[in-house]
Amino acid sequence: MSKILNQFIKYPILIVFSLIALYPIFLMFLSSVKPNLEILTSPLSFPKVFTLENYATVWEKVNFSSYVWNSVYVSALSLFFILFFSSLAAFYLSRYDFKWNAFILFFFMLGLMIPMKLAILPLYMMMLKLGLLNSLNSLIIVYIAGNVPFAVFVFYGFFRSLPKDLDQSARLDGCNEFQIYYKIILPLMRPSLAIVGIVNLIGVWNDFFYPLIFIHDDAKNTIPLGMLSLFGEYDTQWNLLFAGLSISSLPMIVAFLLASKQFIEGLTTGAVK
Amino acid sequence: MYGTPPADFSLKRRGGETLVLKEQVADVKASPKPSKNKRSIKRHFLHLFLLPALIFYVGFQVYPILTAFVNSFYSFKGMVRQDFIGLENFVRLFTEEPYNTIFTRAFWHNIIYFIGTVVAKLVLAFALALLINSKIKGREFFKAVFFMPKLLSVIVVGFLFSLILNPTNGALNSFLKMVGLAEWAHPWLGDPKTALYTIILVNSWYGIGFAILIFLAGLQAIPEEIYEAAKIDGSYGLKMLFQITIPMAMPSIMIMTILTFIGSFETFELVFAMQGSSGGPYYSTDVLALFFYRLAFGSVDGGDAIGLGSALAVVLFLIICTATAISLFFFKRKEIEQ
Repeated sequence: MSKILNQFIKYPILIVFSLIALYPIFLMFLSSVKPNLEILTSPLSFPKVFTLENYATVWEKVNFSSYVWNSVYVSALSLFFILFFSSLAAFYLSRYDFKWNAFILFFFMLGLMIPMKLAILPLYMMMLKLGLLNSLNSLIIVYIAGNVPFAVFVFYGFFRSLPKDLDQSARLDGCNEFQIYYKIILPLMRPSLAIVGIVNLIGVWNDFFYPLIFIHDDAKNTIPLGMLSLFGEYDTQWNLLFAGLSISSLPMIVAFLLASKQFIEGLTTGAVK
Repeated sequence: MYGTPPADFSLKRRGGETLVLKEQVADVKASPKPSKNKRSIKRHFLHLFLLPALIFYVGFQVYPILTAFVNSFYSFKGMVRQDFIGLENFVRLFTEEPYNTIFTRAFWHNIIYFIGTVVAKLVLAFALALLINSKIKGREFFKAVFFMPKLLSVIVVGFLFSLILNPTNGALNSFLKMVGLAEWAHPWLGDPKTALYTIILVNSWYGIGFAILIFLAGLQAIPEEIYEAAKIDGSYGLKMLFQITIPMAMPSIMIMTILTFIGSFETFELVFAMQGSSGGPYYSTDVLALFFYRLAFGSVDGGDAIGLGSALAVVLFLIICTATAISLFFFKRKEIEQ
């Protein structure tokens, strides 16, 4: 009896909080297909007029096409270099026995604890000197530098679990060291690549701070920074605002629906680092 | 399968294939053939594996952090470093008007932000994690649902809620009017009394799924037998919760508290999106990271703001690192005790 009662309390509580978690996101998408007047007069109702015009306007008039392209460019290149450089470094640290390896590993691990945003002033001055201010490449550089420690940490743990016999036999078959990494190890490490990739993708795609500091040219905005221009310029046209917010969120939500297990696993790894 | 090896390399190695793997490798290593020189050159090339990651990490993370420390001891003219002035930047930050007032106010807001988030997010997250962890159907579904907000950019969350909480056209006040609670409608973000707490609630909405996942991991690690033993001893309900569950889940509670502390002192984007760079209304939501942003990049007074900004960065750095160090110490000791 008490068990049934229990179930009657548990599910309603969970469902109420689920609604609270989802409703704002639902409302965002719902409002993005309503005309402006309808959003302002009846914010909660379902759209009487369904329109995709908001998206078209945001895409063309508000420059979102270039924001999206910039975000894709920055995310793709950052992700590629983070995964490539970190896996190489972790391979080096776990596979060879140079005497400084333990120290270098510790040195990388320090980076997991350091709040990197606090170095923004010197970084800004460095980018100024290097002529990289207002360039998307400045973002890529900072994202690589900031995310290498976590990636090395995860990959190192993974490599340690792989038997070394594997590379020894490849070596005997005449593989050189890079071939061992590329042909033997890399194909085996897809799961940890996915985890690190997802964590970094969310971080880089959603980052607002570094673009805010480094980018001053509207044409070079990534999506999150573009949101700032959008809200500054069209603050009365809520239909456009909601469409912009939706465009920014849609890729990650779709990816999550496709691979929620990896997302959840990846982000919890990130915490217990 | 492993690609075509260079001719000479494979010949040498194929020599004694009858030997056991490990001995054979040792053999190759020991043999004083001309290959020894080649090997050491090869070994030098190995460092290329480490170099790219190390260069980026040192050049664009370690070096800037160290520079920030050094800069905090110098005076600045615009972006150019001037003279070494010792601790003067710190002294000014803590004693000179208006910096000290702004600093103290922002610091307390950070503390309130931390406590508020612990109360609103962690307590609720723990309760929900307990519910999800009890035998229910659809736990994966609930995990995914609560996690969803975390996928959005913080800036999107901030802007989205500034629209939802808008006093005239926002969804929340419309909803309150619809269900007959019109007198509850309130300019949540416009009233200095409620603005900070509203932001804390929004932040809790954003981060709760993540906290639930961490707590669930902690709860799942508690062995079933302990509960059964406690039941035999007559522990039920709340007694069980406080005597068994919470102490056993302490590591995950600690982790989340520390992460919340760090997050509270780093918080920037959410307040920036909802209240602008000066933490309106009337600085009622100003936090240290915003103050730092205004010193460093706002147009307050270009004169010596960089030195002060660097000093503030160092203070924040020390606050955060102290918390991390204390927690690490705590965990280390726990491990030893067990």
